[in-house]
Amino acid sequence: MTLKRTEVEKIAHLARLQVTADELDAVAGDLTNILDLVAQMESVDTEGVTPMAHPLHMAQRLREDEVTESDQRERFQAIAPATENGLYLVPKVID
Amino acid sequence: MHDKSIRQLAASLRAGEFSSVELTRWFLDRIREFDGRLNSFITVTEEQALEQAAAADARIAAGDATPMTGIPIAHKDIFCTDGIRTSCGSRMLDNFVAPYDATVVARFRQAGAVLLGKTNMDEFAMGSSNETSWYGPVRNPWDPERVPGGSSGGSAAAVAARLCPAATGTDTGGSIRQPAALCGLTGLKPTYGRVSRYGMIAFASSLDQGGALTRSAEDAAHMLQVMAGFDPRDSTSGQEPVDDYPAALEGDIGGLRIGLPKEYFDDGLDPAVAASVRDAVAEYERLGATVREIELPNSHLAVPTYYVVAPAECSSNLARFDGVRFGHRCDDPRDLEDLYKRSRAEGFGAEVKRRILIGTYALSAGYYDAYYLKAQQIRHLISDDFRRAFEQVDVIMGPTAPSVAFGLGEKADDPVTMYLSDIYTIAVNLAGLPGISIPVAPVNGLPVGLQIIGDYHQEARLLNVAHRLQQATDWHLATPAGY
Repeated sequence: MTLKRTEVEKIAHLARLQVTADELDAVAGDLTNILDLVAQMESVDTEGVTPMAHPLHMAQRLREDEVTESDQRERFQAIAPATENGLYLVPKVID
Repeated sequence: MHDKSIRQLAASLRAGEFSSVELTRWFLDRIREFDGRLNSFITVTEEQALEQAAAADARIAAGDATPMTGIPIAHKDIFCTDGIRTSCGSRMLDNFVAPYDATVVARFRQAGAVLLGKTNMDEFAMGSSNETSWYGPVRNPWDPERVPGGSSGGSAAAVAARLCPAATGTDTGGSIRQPAALCGLTGLKPTYGRVSRYGMIAFASSLDQGGALTRSAEDAAHMLQVMAGFDPRDSTSGQEPVDDYPAALEGDIGGLRIGLPKEYFDDGLDPAVAASVRDAVAEYERLGATVREIELPNSHLAVPTYYVVAPAECSSNLARFDGVRFGHRCDDPRDLEDLYKRSRAEGFGAEVKRRILIGTYALSAGYYDAYYLKAQQIRHLISDDFRRAFEQVDVIMGPTAPSVAFGLGEKADDPVTMYLSDIYTIAVNLAGLPGISIPVAPVNGLPVGLQIIGDYHQEARLLNVAHRLQQATDWHLATPAGY
């Protein structure tokens, strides 16, 4: 299968990744090659095979619902691009 | 000092032949002398290393030392280190000073190991040659025009060039074993869940596993002893008891049943590499093992399956890098969408973008069943192949990589060809099994790796099997010229 430029644009938007018009053809070509590799899966009969989500078929572990972490907001926000009054700053979303 | 094993170094430290500060200075000097050409370190933590070494010397003097106390090591730059830049080989995290330690890092700190620095790697561990790093490629100490393998290429080059006695790595599809093979080292990838993933920057969460790159199985046993064990902070951490790995090294391997998968000796394997691997297997027969051919009939599906599962998980994991809370942010974003899209486009390199896009496509509406679900089903078939094999044999042996180290730039422009570098290692991650690569007879002066795959939680046996070969042969002692 061959990915079209418009399909790459759609995927890039879903991934919130800017792909410029100049890059689209090269990216479409690379992704198409990878999908051709992956297409070998199609010939395999997997009817009735359980999908393997975890290598050791392990169940999710539960723990008591109690506080285990202390507040480290200042520490974590010290490495943020922009903060104010304990909040992360981003461009205005709602007018 | 730089040719001694971890056990020998620990004995010398205790006997007072030299101090940890002297040992640490020795390795820092070697890094200064050689790393300009190798580029194996992203960050060297000289000041902290000397402080840790002084603390280790005090601990040794007080009689409170572990086997790793005062031993200098390096961490792959994927492990978060409190107060030290943790870049993951990416521009995205070039400014990221981790606010906490990964569990692996904390365990080495507690054991008294000395951190020399953080090693270079393929960006977000996505690569097989260390050429996708934002910090530039790493050169192979055996031949500077060749790659060291990846993604733990910096760790491999640093240990091979004796810039540190041992280093940590991570392995999602072969990223410890393949660089170990290409650099003439022992590389151990434990069972999925054996080593905590807490603070190890996630690539593909159902495949990622931490391990070690060392010059011998004995050194690997000492490293794993520190790293292995249950961690409540990792939701998929294994709860099985941890074996005494150094104590298991000397066990007798008479009667060991070795399986050679016929699919691993196919047309894609360099005949000279195949001959080296078969010579090593013959050595095992002399040591009392029995060998038989086995079948892993779904082996050819491992690479296609991996390139759905790993990108799908990567596209989810890397969604967190959005320019808001940490990492790279673009200048003057027009709006929030522009902030996300440009920060990510500027912060990530080409290979990471490719995998995010493939993963996003495979998980998008209408394609999930055809790609991700199908891949998880085939993963089950691959895992069943191994289960059946381990009903007949104790360990599986074969090549780690299809060729010796390839040239810098040789595969860099062809992603699919690069992906096939991991053709013999990827299935082990899909199944979650432990594997180790050890050096065997070189080809044209370049290292070759023998891969040994064990059943779940058989790290002690793998180390034992690897160690016995290293007692009987000296392939693992070869050192690249000039180091």
